Amino acid sequence: MASYLIRRILYMVPIIFGVMVITFVLFFVVQSPTAMAKRILGPKAKPEAIQNWLHNRGYDKPRFINTQPGATWWDSQFVHQMKALATFDLGYSDATGESIARMFRQGAIPSLLITVPSFIFGFLISLSAALFFVFVRDSRTDLFGVILCVAMMSIPIQVYVIFGQWLIAVKTSYLPAFGFYLSGASTIKFLVLPVILYTLADLGGEVRLYRTIFLEEIHQEYVKTAQAKGVSPARVLFVHVLKNGMISIITLVVASLPFLIIGSLVLENFFGIPGLGNLTVNAIRTSDFAVVRTTVYLGSLLYLVGLLLTDICYAAVDPRIRFQ
Amino acid sequence: MSLLEVRNLRIQFVTEEGETQAVDDISFFVDSGETVALVGESGSGKSVTALSLSRLVPTPPARYQGGQILFEGKDVLQFSKRQLQDLRGGKIAYVFQEPSTSLNPVFRVRNQIAEAIHLHRRDVQDVRAEILNILDLVGIRDPIRAMEAYPHQLSGGMQQRVMIAMALACRPKLLVADEPTTALDVTIQAQILNLLRELRKKLGMAVLLITHNFAIVSNLADRVLVMYRGKIVEQGPTQEVLHHPKHPYTQALLACIPKIGSMERRLTTIDHEALARMS
Repeated sequence: MASYLIRRILYMVPIIFGVMVITFVLFFVVQSPTAMAKRILGPKAKPEAIQNWLHNRGYDKPRFINTQPGATWWDSQFVHQMKALATFDLGYSDATGESIARMFRQGAIPSLLITVPSFIFGFLISLSAALFFVFVRDSRTDLFGVILCVAMMSIPIQVYVIFGQWLIAVKTSYLPAFGFYLSGASTIKFLVLPVILYTLADLGGEVRLYRTIFLEEIHQEYVKTAQAKGVSPARVLFVHVLKNGMISIITLVVASLPFLIIGSLVLENFFGIPGLGNLTVNAIRTSDFAVVRTTVYLGSLLYLVGLLLTDICYAAVDPRIRFQ
Repeated sequence: MSLLEVRNLRIQFVTEEGETQAVDDISFFVDSGETVALVGESGSGKSVTALSLSRLVPTPPARYQGGQILFEGKDVLQFSKRQLQDLRGGKIAYVFQEPSTSLNPVFRVRNQIAEAIHLHRRDVQDVRAEILNILDLVGIRDPIRAMEAYPHQLSGGMQQRVMIAMALACRPKLLVADEPTTALDVTIQAQILNLLRELRKKLGMAVLLITHNFAIVSNLADRVLVMYRGKIVEQGPTQEVLHHPKHPYTQALLACIPKIGSMERRLTTIDHEALARMS
């Protein structure tokens, strides 16, 4: 188990390295550091100011390898940036000079306040709905459920957001249509609508997926054995099928856990919520490479952690799987 | 009165591709304590017949069109859901072909047997002792270890013993064994068949054995039913059917058994068209 984990963690290093090389190259293909400086400092900035700006952020160094006489080869932009990220020294925003660590800490709270409740409600509702539709399988109710799910899947999240804002906020003005202000219990009124809409937007797909997983299990031989033993249909579903189906479902769910912190790009933008999703979109818009590379770095790290958690979870819930 | 008496049973499958008469007006009986073999090739309707005895054939796609399944004199086709659950496992227990998929992979052997006991024998005080007892009965040498194991940790033969233990846990009057040895090694097959023979003697239950293996039939069965295209074409005492088959299908089926030392180059097969013309 321990050696397996160590091996998996070591595998992460080259993957992240590759991701960072690609991000670095892509960003500087789009624009040179000088162009970036001009954009941030304004068109009228003096050449000395630009030079100064570049020097303070290390963008005046060679890109990958320092070939200047007398300099060490690793005294380059890429190596310095990688070293800083590897030690979680996140640095400062290129655009505002703010501490990136602080920006992320502040952004994570609104993001999590929306994604965590949506995730919990969404999971419980989809699971119950899927079990219900499997219990009444091949009936009209089941058919209606499938149609509803497909319809819900087919509507993009923007439509949910715009319709929700119009119906709840503009038409009835029960809740604010836009904005976010973090202040104790009164924050809730800003959260209700985004949470409901975020939950709804994913519901159709999840119910359908879980339903398919359970239906696959219900045609297994062990279900026939349970029925032949005299187990009631409810117990067959809620004990025998549920436990087997949960193996696949837990795995899917755990893989998505790390992404909760990143938040939803679309939703945060539509509601003006200052979460990590919004932070990322803004950083891209303002050519804030320091924030972009940190987001990509942390994002890919979270993704890999999610995959690792999935494998650990598999071994924990399925007695047939052991680490090797 | 027979333990089980099936009268004029007809079962149809209705699918999008059309209708299939899986069981076509069959009648037979099984007496207490006797072993009856149901033989026939794949698709002849023997498994459907076996499952239908406690109405395990799902409807739809199946449809019970008519007839009676009298178990201890009561018609199973008229049973309520509650009565069916008591019948399944409690009175009629099943052992299926493929033990590796028939056991639930995520529950320990102990829990799977305990479930059967909880469902049908609420009088049992010490469930653990009873499980050990049954595992010992089916010839598992280290019952404590087997009880705590997950199915995948056991060999195929052991898994089938566990299936049999689970079936016997509720002291059924009738054990339906649907090709119980088809998925096993030849040596293990012999062990399982010997086990079934011993258990039948010890527990005095009736066994309905579904197979296409005549060696098993002649070893174990008191009587034989031969099924072909949903119909029972011949039935009688084992030795009589094996040595003096009357129906052309039975004759053809017996002719297909390869004999050791035979010099024939090709194996005999059944000419279905010729049979259809005859019947």
